[in-house]
Amino acid sequence: MTNPPIEVPETSANIVSADGMDFEARGQWAMVLRRFLHNGQAMTGLVGFTVMLLVSGVYTALYPNQFSQLSTSYNQGPSAAHIFGTNGIGIDMLAQILKGILQDLQVAVLVAAMSVVIGTLVGAFAGYYGGKIDNLLMRFVDLVLVIPVLVVLIMLAHIVAQQADNWFYLAIIIGALSWTYIARLVRAEFLSLRERDFVEASRALGASDWRIISRHMIPNAIGPIIVNATITVAGAIVLEATLSYLGLGIQPPAVSLGLLIEQGQSAATTEYWLFVYPAAFLLALIVSVFFIGDGLRAALDPRKNRVRS
Amino acid sequence: MVDQLLDIKDLDVRFSTSEGETRAIRGVSMTLNAREVLGIVGESGSGKSVTALAVMGLLAKNAEVTGSIRLGERELLGLKDRQMSSIRGLSIAMIFQDPLTSLNPVYSVGWQVEEAIAAHQDLSDEKCRAEAIRLLDLVGIPRAEDRIDDYPHEFSGGMRQRVVIAIAMANNPQIILADEPTTALDVTVQAQVLEALKVAIDESHASLVLITHDLGVVAGLASRVIVMYAGRIVEIGTADEVFYSPAMPYTHGLLGSIPRVDDDGGARLRQIPGSPPSMIGTKPGCPFAPRCPLRQDICLTEEPDLQSVSSSMGSEPHQAACHFAVDVVSMPVASMFPDSSDDPEELPE
Repeated sequence: MTNPPIEVPETSANIVSADGMDFEARGQWAMVLRRFLHNGQAMTGLVGFTVMLLVSGVYTALYPNQFSQLSTSYNQGPSAAHIFGTNGIGIDMLAQILKGILQDLQVAVLVAAMSVVIGTLVGAFAGYYGGKIDNLLMRFVDLVLVIPVLVVLIMLAHIVAQQADNWFYLAIIIGALSWTYIARLVRAEFLSLRERDFVEASRALGASDWRIISRHMIPNAIGPIIVNATITVAGAIVLEATLSYLGLGIQPPAVSLGLLIEQGQSAATTEYWLFVYPAAFLLALIVSVFFIGDGLRAALDPRKNRVRS
Repeated sequence: MVDQLLDIKDLDVRFSTSEGETRAIRGVSMTLNAREVLGIVGESGSGKSVTALAVMGLLAKNAEVTGSIRLGERELLGLKDRQMSSIRGLSIAMIFQDPLTSLNPVYSVGWQVEEAIAAHQDLSDEKCRAEAIRLLDLVGIPRAEDRIDDYPHEFSGGMRQRVVIAIAMANNPQIILADEPTTALDVTVQAQVLEALKVAIDESHASLVLITHDLGVVAGLASRVIVMYAGRIVEIGTADEVFYSPAMPYTHGLLGSIPRVDDDGGARLRQIPGSPPSMIGTKPGCPFAPRCPLRQDICLTEEPDLQSVSSSMGSEPHQAACHFAVDVVSMPVASMFPDSSDDPEELPE
């Protein structure tokens, strides 16, 4: 071709490139990443979250027993040796907080994974098949939705609290009850996706129902699923803190931020470090996860697909 | 003896809706021969797409289908969805109307072509990719090798429809059903897409069923033409017969409503007054009667069957569903319809 270079409008994504013109191939995920990296709030959340995760991970790996190590410096305020002070039996608060962050994340990630898997499958089948299957699954969702997590945990408290690694059972129970939001969301997405022509087109190609659901529809709904997974993470952290605060969650000698807050709240006015630091880290953790989730939501929004450098 | 690839007999499709039963297809019979291009024309709601979807077994669940659809020796009606899946894409492929939405936005076009190949053929990844590049090249994607990893939104509408055509021909199907393949495209792009379609049927030795309301598209490609109205076939014949000596007033109306290159230039387009009938419930008489300028008393009481209007030398006679088909066939095209300079809103009652 000998066409002279043509002036190209900046906004159109539908340009057929003529010879001699190179367009940067930019897939959907590259654009999502780019938009995320340019979002200050989301990056603040991501950096904060990563730092907290890395520091607690490295510290806990280096000093695995520090969080339960007794010492003779009881109820010390912040100092060079114990920058967040010590509690009534001489345990370093920093070690406890860092261990608590890891514990909270462990619970939250397991809850989120369960919610995503169960919620996506239930929502996908309900939305794809519709009719009786939809009705049956969504009434089951309604049923789960009205079960109050707190009541279940209070009922099961004496069983759960006595288990050795009780964070695991705690996470399973929370996870088994918190997938309903994702199920409803995925169902709504599928209801609109299944009317799209490419679904019909894949069926015309001989694709099976499962293939259409797993390879064509779920990837199209992945944005809202990811965003809701992060919200579930934050929600699970809050719920675990609530439960621990009520004495129904993580049991000593394991620590979690909620448990630390519960132990420190009675001394909040006198030995403030027992209460303020765990609470501050809990807040920072939740806010950073929300920032990441919000950033993902913005980055995955297809209406912003036309952003160019 | 011509090879009959697809044989549809007395196809009836009913949808039960809250407003009553809709008869979308009423007793349609047609055959598709090997390596032919069959055009199906008619306005929206005439049953063209429903016929295609019935062949694919892709009708909504509230559809009740009776009759017979035979692919070669095999009866397709009544097959389980799983059995139909092995026919879809492999023996019969379908091209949908809107290329903007019939590609999955989250996968590259190459992935989607490869998926179509892998659905019915056992090929290594490299061979699959090479085949995908070959197909994209065939349908006229420039620099197919470079563009295979691009996403649908990076392609223009015409190029996307070519990708869809490449997907349809991926498994060398015997039949390609193209449901309004050019409707969503610019006129200039239409010609390129039709060219790609021609390449596709030549390459895969497929028969093409071209469903459209654009008579110009049919004229260029089809050897035989079926005109549908209100869920029935109202005229069937070779392209020449249907275009130069239409035997059904409705076909006259369709032809009169499009501009012609061989016209003297000053002629106005003539429109068909009124709109297609509702398909809910059954009324006696010819469904076109309320809009027909030649309407007689018999048209309101008796629905005409297809009748031969000429002793065609072909395998199939030129047929039309009109009480006066033999008279209509000798009339000049569209002359019976009022010139649109008359008040277009006025319905002859």
